[in-house]
Amino acid sequence: MDWIAFSLSLRLAMATAAILLPLGILAGRALAWSRFPGKGLAQSFLALPLVLPPSVLGYYLLVAFGSASPLGAIWQKFTGHPLVFSFSGLLLASFLVNLPFAVQPIERAFAAIAPDIREAAFVSGLSRWASFWRIELPLAWPGLLAAFVLTFAHTMGEFGVVLMVGGGIPGETRTIAIAIYDRAQTLDGSGAGTMSLLLLAFALVALGLVQGLTGRIGRRYG
Amino acid sequence: MPEADGIGGLSAHLVQSGPIPLDARLSVPRGELHALIGPSGSGKTTILRALAGLYRPRDGRIICAGETWFAAQGGIDLPPQRRRVGLVFQHYALFPHLSAENNVAAALGHVPRGERAAKARALLAQMGLADLAARLPATLSGGEQQRVALARALARSPALLLLDEPFAALDARTRRHLRQELAYLGQRVTIPIVLVTHDLEEAAALAGRMTVLAGGRTLQSGAPAAIMARPASLEVAKVVDLQNLFEGRIAGNEAGETVIAWRGATIRAAPAAFPPGSAVAWTVAPASITLHAGKIAETSANVVSGRIGEVAVLPGIARIVFRADDAPDAVFVFPRPPPGIGPDLPRPGDAATIAFAAEAVHVMPLTA
Repeated sequence: MDWIAFSLSLRLAMATAAILLPLGILAGRALAWSRFPGKGLAQSFLALPLVLPPSVLGYYLLVAFGSASPLGAIWQKFTGHPLVFSFSGLLLASFLVNLPFAVQPIERAFAAIAPDIREAAFVSGLSRWASFWRIELPLAWPGLLAAFVLTFAHTMGEFGVVLMVGGGIPGETRTIAIAIYDRAQTLDGSGAGTMSLLLLAFALVALGLVQGLTGRIGRRYG
Repeated sequence: MPEADGIGGLSAHLVQSGPIPLDARLSVPRGELHALIGPSGSGKTTILRALAGLYRPRDGRIICAGETWFAAQGGIDLPPQRRRVGLVFQHYALFPHLSAENNVAAALGHVPRGERAAKARALLAQMGLADLAARLPATLSGGEQQRVALARALARSPALLLLDEPFAALDARTRRHLRQELAYLGQRVTIPIVLVTHDLEEAAALAGRMTVLAGGRTLQSGAPAAIMARPASLEVAKVVDLQNLFEGRIAGNEAGETVIAWRGATIRAAPAAFPPGSAVAWTVAPASITLHAGKIAETSANVVSGRIGEVAVLPGIARIVFRADDAPDAVFVFPRPPPGIGPDLPRPGDAATIAFAAEAVHVMPLTA
């Protein structure tokens, strides 16, 4: 059992989910309620990581993060170390790959709030901010929870992009999914098996949590 | 039309050419329950939303309780939060995650925090919902939800109360019960109340006055009974679903009466200022029609001969459908006493004659 890889994966998953949640709320709410030109295009771009092979996505990110790219060069200049094969690069890649997992459940949750509920809040004297905190967020929270858990669980298990952008440096970019691959490659069946079982259990608990909580909310609110 | 804004009522004029055409004038003094009636798509809900600040028309003004809420020319458009308005949505729009009490308390932002719960419970108690304060909306019946919505709308101490088809989603019994409660509320509160409905019976039962709307235009305002008796145009008469409504042409005026040429016959009506030859509509109040078996002698009244169509016996009243001989599609409908009270009812197919006085005939233009 590679505890260093496991704790790295946990850190990456936690940071990705923490960054994506507020941004997912902003983007999901805007996509659910606003009409703007190019909305369909924006939605398509956000969903791209769902259908693109991780190696393809990883390749493009590798090129975009490399020191030959503007982004990679600026990063190198300000931080003194390259973006690729670093935890920061991994986090940025993880953020991009997980956008649909965060935005889509939140968008669906906000879209499910009837427009007259918001209007009722305004007519009841609630400011836009108060209406957001006291009415919209509590109603959308099963979607927020789903976004957090899905992002977290998906980051824990992400392999292709992480391998391409991170390279599997122990303690820096070697996540548990890569550790499992390495163990399997070196024919360490028991190590790979233990870690796989752990990830499987993790995913099941996460999904069970989302199902259970959102189902209960749905029944309570009718 | 009374100018209502001077005495704390509502005065609104909303105009735009599109996307939803509007040319609506509304004037509701304090304490009046005013019905806004029209078919679906006539702009009723749009007007209500504009009054609440949820929809911004291109032009016009809204003044309520002496305060300008909207003035397109002056660039004034107060948001809903700053208009003291209570709105009961058609499907109530209760906050599903909050208890009945917290739904009401959410609209008590102007009350000190410590007093909100007690005030919310008091409002619910007034609605007869004291025992249900802790319940979530999904566990309440339609009628209970509606009363919570009404309590929430009143919680802001509004200067204007708006009700959007409040009884549409309820069963007949609950509707009757809540109508009585609303009528009682209308007597107690001293603010203008605007009730949007497509149900004429509801408007007539509840409203002191009503405004008839079609295609975003307000056509006529007045007491429901007055509009029913003397609609301003054929358009209005159709919106209020008036029976005994016919179209004809002015033949002339003689002996203090207006004469209408109608399907080869002449109908004498109360004097009306229309030039000869103009196309008009006319109606006769059902209660003014008398029924006679067979032909009747020459009288000063209008006489139409024909046959009895259907006879419907309803609780406490019978309704007769009569088809004129010359024009079988010209159908008169009028009431008669039910069986056992007064003369025997005619049978379908019987030859008969109806008569009605010239004074009972109301002549109107086709459009306002």
